[in-house]
Amino acid sequence: MKIRVGIDIGSTTVKVVILDKDDNVLYQSYERHFAKVREKAAEQLKKAADFLKGNPLTVAITGSAGLGVAKAADIPFVQEVYATAAAVNRYVPQADAVIELGGEDAKIIFFRGSLEERMNGSCAGGTGAFIDQMATLLNVDVNELDRLSLSHEKIYPIASRCGVFAKSDIQPILNQGGRKEDVAASIFQAVVDQTIAGLTQGRDLDGTIVFLGGPLFFLKGLRQRFIETLHLDAEHGIFPENAQVFAAIGAAICSDQYGETDYDSLISYLENAVTASSISDPMPPLFESEEEYRIFSERHAKATPATVDIDTYKGKAWLGIDAGSTTTKIVLMAENGGILYSYYSSNKGNPVSVVREQLEIIYEKCGDRIKICGCGTTGYGEELIKNAFNADYGLVETVAHLRAAKYFQPEVDFIIDIGGQDMKCFKIHGGAVDSIMLNEACSSGCGSFIETFAKALGYDIATFAKLGIFDKTPVNLGSRCTVFMNSSVKQAQKDGASVEDISAGLSISVVKNAIYKVIRAANADDLGKHIVVQGGTFLNDAVLRSFEQEIGREVIRPTIAGLMGAYGAALYAQDMNREETTLLTAQQLKDFVHTARPVTCNLCTNHCSLTVNTFDNGRRFISGNRCSRPLGKDKSTLPNIYQYKLKRLQEMQGTGNGTGARGKMGLPFGLNIYENLPFWYELFTQLNFDVVLSPVSDRKTYLLGQRTIPSDTVCYPAKLMHGHLQRLINMGVENVFYPCMSYNFDEGKGDNHYNCPVVAYYPELLAANMPDVKKINFMNFYVGLHQPKEFEKKFSQHMLEIFGIPKRETVAAVRKAYTAYNAYKEEIRTKTQEYIDFARANGKNIIVMAGRPYHIDPEINHGIDELISSFDLVVISEDGLSHILDKEPRKVLNQWTYQTRMYQAARYICSQPDMQLVQLVSFGCGIDAITTDELRDILEAGGKLYTQLKIDDISNLGAVKIRIRSLIAAMQAKEEN
Amino acid sequence: MAELIYDETGRLLFTEEMRKEYTILVPQMLPVHFTMMRQILESYGYNCETLGGNPREIVDTGLKYVHNDTCYPALLVIGQLMSAVQSGKYDKDKVALLITQTGGGCRASNYIHLLRKALKKAGLEQVPVISLNLSGLEKNPGFKLTINLGIKMLYAMVYGDLIVLLANQTRPYEINKGETDRLVDYWMNKLVKEFEQGVKISKKRVVAKMDEICADFAKIPVTEKNKTRVGIVGEIYVKYSPLGNNNLEEFLQNEGCEVVVPGLMDFMIFKIYNREVDVNLYGGKWIKKTVCRVMKKYFEDYQQRMIDVINKYPGFRAPGTFSHLEHLAMDYLGAGNKMGEGWLLTGEMLELINDGTNNIVCTQPFGCLPNHIVGKGMIRKIKDDYPESNIVAIDYDPGATKINQENRIKLMLANTGKMKQFVKQ
Repeated sequence: MKIRVGIDIGSTTVKVVILDKDDNVLYQSYERHFAKVREKAAEQLKKAADFLKGNPLTVAITGSAGLGVAKAADIPFVQEVYATAAAVNRYVPQADAVIELGGEDAKIIFFRGSLEERMNGSCAGGTGAFIDQMATLLNVDVNELDRLSLSHEKIYPIASRCGVFAKSDIQPILNQGGRKEDVAASIFQAVVDQTIAGLTQGRDLDGTIVFLGGPLFFLKGLRQRFIETLHLDAEHGIFPENAQVFAAIGAAICSDQYGETDYDSLISYLENAVTASSISDPMPPLFESEEEYRIFSERHAKATPATVDIDTYKGKAWLGIDAGSTTTKIVLMAENGGILYSYYSSNKGNPVSVVREQLEIIYEKCGDRIKICGCGTTGYGEELIKNAFNADYGLVETVAHLRAAKYFQPEVDFIIDIGGQDMKCFKIHGGAVDSIMLNEACSSGCGSFIETFAKALGYDIATFAKLGIFDKTPVNLGSRCTVFMNSSVKQAQKDGASVEDISAGLSISVVKNAIYKVIRAANADDLGKHIVVQGGTFLNDAVLRSFEQEIGREVIRPTIAGLMGAYGAALYAQDMNREETTLLTAQQLKDFVHTARPVTCNLCTNHCSLTVNTFDNGRRFISGNRCSRPLGKDKSTLPNIYQYKLKRLQEMQGTGNGTGARGKMGLPFGLNIYENLPFWYELFTQLNFDVVLSPVSDRKTYLLGQRTIPSDTVCYPAKLMHGHLQRLINMGVENVFYPCMSYNFDEGKGDNHYNCPVVAYYPELLAANMPDVKKINFMNFYVGLHQPKEFEKKFSQHMLEIFGIPKRETVAAVRKAYTAYNAYKEEIRTKTQEYIDFARANGKNIIVMAGRPYHIDPEINHGIDELISSFDLVVISEDGLSHILDKEPRKVLNQWTYQTRMYQAARYICSQPDMQLVQLVSFGCGIDAITTDELRDILEAGGKLYTQLKIDDISNLGAVKIRIRSLIAAMQAKEEN
Repeated sequence: MAELIYDETGRLLFTEEMRKEYTILVPQMLPVHFTMMRQILESYGYNCETLGGNPREIVDTGLKYVHNDTCYPALLVIGQLMSAVQSGKYDKDKVALLITQTGGGCRASNYIHLLRKALKKAGLEQVPVISLNLSGLEKNPGFKLTINLGIKMLYAMVYGDLIVLLANQTRPYEINKGETDRLVDYWMNKLVKEFEQGVKISKKRVVAKMDEICADFAKIPVTEKNKTRVGIVGEIYVKYSPLGNNNLEEFLQNEGCEVVVPGLMDFMIFKIYNREVDVNLYGGKWIKKTVCRVMKKYFEDYQQRMIDVINKYPGFRAPGTFSHLEHLAMDYLGAGNKMGEGWLLTGEMLELINDGTNNIVCTQPFGCLPNHIVGKGMIRKIKDDYPESNIVAIDYDPGATKINQENRIKLMLANTGKMKQFVKQ
């Protein structure tokens, strides 16, 4: 009997299928290959030997990692999409589209009409590897994740674009007590959203859809999310019983076309095929000899606090708790700074219960001999833990770390902390934190990242790290984000790199990422002379060594590198010199109860996802809030220009001073409309139009237009425009005006006055990608407001042609529009000065939130302005200050109006002791890659702090809070000096 | 040693004296064009070198000196220049860097500034940077783009476009391996010698030469020209530079395709034409418009002649004219869309499809701003208008792996043939 064999070699698994002549599946298998592809394939075939021996066979290989094997073993190769299509054609002929999720790839194939196939771009994480990563984060296996998701109550919005982003969304939810069930379902929802948004790119997904690939086969919860989101019934959503091996089935079907072979030859082809190793120019080894390593280890062993025996010690003690993003660290410190007890472990997704267990142990060990006099908490979960256990002090992380570093090196001038999830670097000037750098959401290659790899390769982190230390040929893996690093590692494996090479290579990558991406240093002197390195990741000697090698300088790594936050919190509590702690007593701990409940706050349009933590005796702690209203307090009423501007702009709709007789004129409320609205409003109301603004953005605006977004790496403000335009269309507005503008107003402070390419031309993208635009009169012609005379001429011509408005009427309206725009600008400047005066009269500090005009959109800034305001700060913006100083040459091309304003504002605040600048940067903003460095230069040269907040569709407010609080702490330290 | 002289803004100038002593380093982009241009510069008494280098080292150096969110071409160009300066191969006090400067609202116009920042960061502020541009930005006493030199550069561009086009249409089919590339080298050398000898070059002569070149390429014995044609469009650097696109052309050839790469001429005409459009849209001096018109006409005339010559040879397909590209693009974008490659990129895709090259790789640096709109942003509409079109957008980036990119290109290629049997109407 003739037998057909299909082998599908994917990025993480090997699938083997055997078909008989009637296309019945005789055998199938699905296994992870851990980079040993040929061996795994041969092994699986041997298991099926009974079906194969003695029969003539045809064989074909498919899969993203299959080509190399096929070539080496001289077995026919079938392109994977073709194989999948062949199998779908055979078993589900009515299919209109296929969605296939694999280990690292996500694909979609449309069969009806014009054939289209799409694969996730290079920055997309909605795949099996992403789900694995997320499961690791929750400390469960994938099956458990699936089981959890089925009993969810609530879905949190989680960034689906890439794993790194999602992690920073999930971590705060967990740390604030969110339920794992809800997080699990939210992770699957993120995958669904990513697939739909990232792959369909404007094409409707309807008809009969077949779902394939391992994750969709194994994970019921994921299937459920797809079914619900796409509103599928059993007839239109098909999940074949062999979904995980469909491509292999297709390969088997296609193998028909090729020559026959037999079992023994097949096995020998696979086993004898040698994939040539092609690793070229490895990097230098970390250590030349064991002796060198010994000296290195001894040197670092010296930086250690005294150990004091908890069983004999008698006297005072202080407790420090660092509830980090993935781990919880606890230190009980004796009077001489010695460590009585310490704890370092994964927080298992529930830091509260971990801390409680530990406190019970500590109380028992302390007995009557040791008296805890104070307790400080720090880290992501600082507030939660502080509230749960009535700790005395909550410290922002940076302050805790600095305190601990000073213990080991009083002259410390640079600290770098690489933890599980984040990387923090700060320069110390005059004993206070002077400049803070944190890893941005999209370049994090931190501790948990090495750990994830270790696990994927079948090692625990400690063993994996050791492997790299004496490796002779570390592989160069580049230094971008985790998602990219994944494929770099896969490629290295294919090229024959050993696990040792990869281990060492990863350590070096983490370090390079820190130095060149996060710190942006060109040499060691940019860092400092007395460098203290800490964080759990530096306990990995390979990382420590490559750090010293890379900067060419010896550093101090305390033996308690992983506990520094907790140690700093304990030292701080000791500094405070208090006699009695408020910490829950051993007795109170017995009655401790904690429940967490997710709630959506409906007090304003932010709709914050709150977590309400309830403890015994009715004590409560609410997290996830931006303002203080859900806590039962009033919102901050301090002057906040973001709120003022938003309110003023929202008023600019309706008929104004005109009659509105010419009907409705829609303006999508986003991007540069935020800047030019006072102009357009005046112009159109003067022409007797009734101006209709699309409502202020919210999450739904994004979702409304999501399917028509062609480029998933464009900035969030641009993505929102799809929803705004759709809203106007849905509201029945027939005329929508959204002009293309290469140039902005020339404010005379820069070398030119461009808009960025996205702001300039996005109207054309909307017209090309939104089907409903055809239903309306969408006016997206080019205008140049910078040349009033010419604009007047051109615009009146347009109005004449489109609406038959006499030219003279338009000209008059245009002139009034210029006046109105200038008046609005003047108003903002006056208001800004008013706010500054208020701050000075009331002794408040001022924060200049610098960004783009459209950053006042609350869906874009995520309420960060209110968050800052709640810290007792007055908020103003760059456009209220940019006119003050004269033009000055810059080291970069200063040619965009909005960016020029930021430079101007930054220069101005250098002379204002009570002002600091915070820059809002939308993820994907290419222009800001240039402005961030330049702004930092301006501010640092002027003795100011530079704080950058990166924002995207979802923002990790936890990280924002840490930055703002660190900034405040640094400002206070400066004032004290 | 040459004295360091600065202009009033503090910019270090490239002086007459430096011209004699210094080596000018030029980043590589289009091997055929740039090699000829370099040789022309040498004939004018400049010591020039186009750079190669180990890709990994270039990327690492780039990462060190350029913000990693800046576009990939900036990172590569600056990485290539910086690693060359620091390689020890050149005297750091006798080397200058040349970089093109286009101006315009794309962040790419910042390259020269980022390069200077990088030099400062590396403590190499004594190295002068020369801007090569058509707009009269940043003048240097020791480096002058005279009309005569400019015209020769134009010739190099015309010849370069022609040679690359003919080679692309011949190489996949040549019966004797390597024959095409040998002919490319032969003609490059021959043309440069002509420039060096200072032969008075006239339009007539250029046309005659083009004819000779075509005739020579037509003589190469080939098999039937029936391979799958794949067009390459995109951001100018990653579109052309093998360093930028991980040897895309070579990969496609190995996959059994004939690559079609639109030439450099259109881009140059586009940049000139933009100034004219600016005046049309926003007002401005008529004189500026007239000068641009004359220049554009001059360039277009050469393009037209090149097309006419190619059309004499039935074995070759000529490219479309600039005005044809513009005509096609205007259904999609306005003439004012000028940043980066602007509407030209969309026009090139449309021209390829109209010419029967339905398969297209649209290349861009990761996060390229203009390409969100003119590349990825137009694919949907093109697909609606031309259902047979088959376009894949590929991002290039220091961390993106070749395998990831190749998988996506292979997916696009899979669509070219057998997949059609599965389509339902």
